[in-house]
Amino acid sequence: MSYSVTEPSRRQKWFAGILVVGYALITILPLVWIIATSFKSPSDAIAYPPKTFFTPTVEGYVNVFTTRTRLTEEQLQAVGEPQTWYDKLVRKDGLVISGPSRFAERFTNSVIIGFGSTVLCIVLGTAAAYAFSRFKVPLKDDLLFFILSTRMMPPIAVAIPIFLMFRSLGLNDTHAGMILLYTAVNLSLSVWLLKGFIDEIPVEYEEAALIDGYTRFQAFYKVVLPQAATGIASTAIFCLIFAWNEYAFAVLLTSGNAQTAPPFIPTIIGVSGQDWPAVAAGATLFLVPVMVFTILLRKHLLRGITFGAVRK
Amino acid sequence: MLKSTVDRVAGATPHAIAKRVRGLSDRSLAWLFVAPSIVLLLAVNIFPLIWTVRLSFTNFRVNRPNAEVEFVGLKNYLSILSDKDIWLTMQATAHFLIWTIVLQVLIGFSLAYLINKKFRGNDLWTTIIVLPMMLSPAVVGNFWTFLYQPQIGLFNYAVGFLTGADPSSFSMIGDVSLAPWAIIIVDTWMWTPFVMLICLAGLRSIPSSIYEAAECDRASKWRQFWTITIPLVLPFLMLAVLFRGIENFKMFDLVVQLTGGGPGSITELTSINLKREAFEKWRTGYASAYAVILFVTVFGLASIYVKALNKVKQR
Repeated sequence: MSYSVTEPSRRQKWFAGILVVGYALITILPLVWIIATSFKSPSDAIAYPPKTFFTPTVEGYVNVFTTRTRLTEEQLQAVGEPQTWYDKLVRKDGLVISGPSRFAERFTNSVIIGFGSTVLCIVLGTAAAYAFSRFKVPLKDDLLFFILSTRMMPPIAVAIPIFLMFRSLGLNDTHAGMILLYTAVNLSLSVWLLKGFIDEIPVEYEEAALIDGYTRFQAFYKVVLPQAATGIASTAIFCLIFAWNEYAFAVLLTSGNAQTAPPFIPTIIGVSGQDWPAVAAGATLFLVPVMVFTILLRKHLLRGITFGAVRK
Repeated sequence: MLKSTVDRVAGATPHAIAKRVRGLSDRSLAWLFVAPSIVLLLAVNIFPLIWTVRLSFTNFRVNRPNAEVEFVGLKNYLSILSDKDIWLTMQATAHFLIWTIVLQVLIGFSLAYLINKKFRGNDLWTTIIVLPMMLSPAVVGNFWTFLYQPQIGLFNYAVGFLTGADPSSFSMIGDVSLAPWAIIIVDTWMWTPFVMLICLAGLRSIPSSIYEAAECDRASKWRQFWTITIPLVLPFLMLAVLFRGIENFKMFDLVVQLTGGGPGSITELTSINLKREAFEKWRTGYASAYAVILFVTVFGLASIYVKALNKVKQR
């Protein structure tokens, strides 16, 4: 379907192209800057005027994964010559690496909780979406609206009772608790999105299978599931991204054991003040997967962010 | 086609066939499939919400679990509604909401309109524009504090470069008059693409035959824009505003990391204020009443808005 009868003129296209490209370049600039900062040395990062050209270093990445201590000359002598390239890197400032930072741990938590809740979300969501799409569920519209409305609540509004509930169940600051919580948060997205995808699969396929003697359940997993695979995959990525990016519950309900990366990244402090390259390195490591997913998701993007309310 | 064959062969609806084959009946299978999701949502969303309502009538404090809990009736609600500071945070929230929506709609629609001109490579640029909204708001807020640093920050440097002002003469997040704009700018940067995508979907849904008809009637381009494009995109735009409105009303992560509500309390939006009451001052009962008021406000405004949206759609 074409939008206008008269195809836009060359001049119009040029004009539109220049404006959009200009906006895109401004938009991408902060991201490019943060990635560039992650490869700067701490002094380059805070140089005035801001440095566009610099000698790249992985110092930020070393710093985000380690904790460092400043030693006196004698102590430095005592630990001997630096052995590895990263030893040499931090030794320049009279520092030694004294152990790993908690970044890797937080990042792992993000991965565990993100993937855990995504799997659960997809399992529950696919089942519910299939039922809503194919069966006469009593109060169907009300239930669907109820599922959607759970998304309107500000997380802080329910954080206190969840905190109390989790405390009495022993789920506070545990991976299981956070997985359960993020599953509930993302379930509305999962059900609505998957219902849209399953609605598009012709009912005839299942009916044919039923006639061949399959049970409903067999028809579901042998016929519908493979057909819905792309939809399920993109829904999974959306759930993963939302869980990955979540901050409010993570900061309110976890303190150490199950804390994900978003609350941690801003707290990265260097030996002398905010270590911006390390913060930028942490942010870059955290943002890159999402950027890759976004590019992969292009086609389903609109559906995913609007819960399937708008289709391209 | 296949469906009619099925009906002819079996002389029954597909549902009836399903019932006759072995295994669970459709009805019980439906419940089996829906129940886990509903149970989880009831347990993790509705039960806590009811608990919040109950707590809102008490003077309970989480950090004093052994203190006696008293039922205080509507006292929490009354003191919130008569609290001047809370009205100020409401004002800050309204200011934030109005400006972000105005800017995002204007820029988002313009971008969609331009992208719809189908110039070469617009797919690539659209994807680039869309990137920010997929990122973690907390991490975004954090690295914008770096971009907003006077002197060393890219933002101040760019403003200085363009206007000739001294980059170290102003601080976006340290200045009372600039801080609200600091968050509006970042939110607009992040979420304009969202409005843009929805507008684009709207523009692409307009059948070209309408424009052909208008062309035959010799309607000017300007006239076509106002009588065809705008009314037909309006329902999409309103949906975008609804989504952005709800999201920004509960805005928390981005602002916490960007300004933390400061300087002073100039950017203290309701969610941040609520967090302070609940998790710093530990006035649990009071904060619960606050949460209920916010939830009712969002829900009420959204319901009214959806009614208006449906009217526009039906036109």
